[in-house]
Amino acid sequence: MLHTVNKSPFEKNSLDSCLQHAKAGSAILLIEDAVYAAVSGTAVEGRVKAAAQDKKVYALGPDLKARGLDEGQVIDGVTVVDYGGFVDLAAEADKVQSWL
Amino acid sequence: MSEEDTMEEGGTVKKFLYVNRRAPYGSIYALESLEVVLIGAAFEQDVSVLFMEDGVYQIKKGQDTKGVDMKNFSPTYRALEMYDVEKLYVEKESLDERGLTEDDLLVPVEVMTRAQVSDLMEEQEVIFNF
Repeated sequence: MLHTVNKSPFEKNSLDSCLQHAKAGSAILLIEDAVYAAVSGTAVEGRVKAAAQDKKVYALGPDLKARGLDEGQVIDGVTVVDYGGFVDLAAEADKVQSWL
Repeated sequence: MSEEDTMEEGGTVKKFLYVNRRAPYGSIYALESLEVVLIGAAFEQDVSVLFMEDGVYQIKKGQDTKGVDMKNFSPTYRALEMYDVEKLYVEKESLDERGLTEDDLLVPVEVMTRAQVSDLMEEQEVIFNF
C-alpha cells in the first residue's frame, strides 16, 4: 500500500497516525506540508528514521523546493521523487491511502 | 466625538500584533496574513509581526515554487521594511524544534523566548491570529 501524508508533523498528527498504522514494506510519500518531516535536525527526525527502517519513505521534491528545503538536508533513508515518481508509486501500489 | 476628531487629524495609532503560526503553502493563512499586515501598515499603525510554530517556515530562505505552480510570496517579507514594518519577531523554541537558526531566515528578525513572546502579546492593543 502507498500512504501519502500532506500535513505538517508539527501542526497535525496525520504523520504519526500514518506511521502507527503503516505495515512493514509499505511506502510512505510525504507531500505538501508533510515534507517538513523529511528534513534532518527536527524534533520528528527520530520517528521518520525509525519508519525508514522497515518501510520505504519518500518526499516530493517540488514541495521541498517550494518551502526552501534542500534535498541535501533530507534524512538518510528518505528518497526524493518528482511528480513522475509519485505517479509510479501510485501505479505500483495495490491501493493508496491519503492521510489528511 | 473626541475619537472622531482624532481620526480626522490623521488617525489613532494602536499597537497591532500579527501572530503567524502556519506554514506558507499548505493553506492560505500565511498569504492572507501578509495582506492584512500591509493593510495595517497602510493605515500607519504600530505594527509588529510574530512568527512562531510552523509560521517560522514562512520566512525560510531559498523558497522556489516554480515546481508546484504557486506564487512565491516570500520576497514580500523583505519588502515590509519599505512599509515601515520593521518589528519582526521569531520564537526561539519554534526554530529549535524545526532544526532552524536565525541564519535560515530571509529577513532580519529579533529572536525571543516563549516567555518574551507572552510579554510581547501583553503589550499589544490589537492581536490578529493566522
